[in-house]
Amino acid sequence: MIHLPLASLLTEPVGAMHYVVVGAILFTCGVLCMATKRNALGVLMGIELVLNGANMNFIAFGSRYLRGDANSMGLDGQLIALFVIVLAAAEAAVALAIVLNFYNNHNSIDVDRADQLQG
Amino acid sequence: MDAIYWPSVFFLLFGGTACTFAVAVLVSKNIVRMAFYLILSLAATAGLFFLAGADFVGAMQLMIYVGGTLVLLVFGVMLTSQERFVEMKSDAGDWVIGFLAGGALLATLIWAAVSIPAWQGMSRAEAEALTVEKTATPLGMSLVGFRVDNPKESGYLFPFEIVSVHLLVVLVGAAYLARAKRKITKVALASEPSSAGTDQN
Repeated sequence: MIHLPLASLLTEPVGAMHYVVVGAILFTCGVLCMATKRNALGVLMGIELVLNGANMNFIAFGSRYLRGDANSMGLDGQLIALFVIVLAAAEAAVALAIVLNFYNNHNSIDVDRADQLQG
Repeated sequence: MDAIYWPSVFFLLFGGTACTFAVAVLVSKNIVRMAFYLILSLAATAGLFFLAGADFVGAMQLMIYVGGTLVLLVFGVMLTSQERFVEMKSDAGDWVIGFLAGGALLATLIWAAVSIPAWQGMSRAEAEALTVEKTATPLGMSLVGFRVDNPKESGYLFPFEIVSVHLLVVLVGAAYLARAKRKITKVALASEPSSAGTDQN
């Protein structure tokens, strides 16, 4: 039986479903940011949102408060979420360096102008 | 009518904040405002991590993500925010196609999430019977290779080493890429095609 997400949410505990819905919204916003923004830093912000949406799922499936001891992934979800956070930091550092280099060379951060490799 | 279950109320608060500001990042045109909305959204995400019992990951989210990565992004915004780059508008066609595809993706994901009975959460009595466990020590022990929670599982020592070396290499590479190596000469500016982008579409 399918429950509505917001039905009886004030009096009952939330489940993994609610976290997955929040993660899906973050993920979709991030993908749309990556697709529609023309500013290179906006694209980077979209990537951060996508990574957070994925992290939300890892935390939800690893939490014993949302799914009970028997069903949860245990600590694996939280460990993978930690790795994702660290890799996101690394990715942001390199991407920001590339964006600043592009800005120095082209005097612009419009991603549509990064077309020198199109052959 | 039952009494209010406060963790769910806080879930609504943090989840609503995270989703609202994520949408604000998407629809905002101003890059400075987008950075601010992203900080608020990720901080609310850390609150959701705390609510799910992942206290260490929530703290790391606040310290590394909000305190490190986003400060880096804000510096990027400050370094590049000339007048003409603060507000960049996308084509209306991009928005239409993007919202069609994004709406389809979102509908699929949410439909999949709500249609699985095992993800519905437990009853209130079960949830109130749980005891709170701190996760910092088991996580730290897992990262050095020993699982406190389940000794049969393998630890994460090798991925931890890989990710630490990866972080070192990446930071050295980023510093190498971003260093100020040469001034832009007039020749380089003149040789750049001034009408770039006109041959697209």
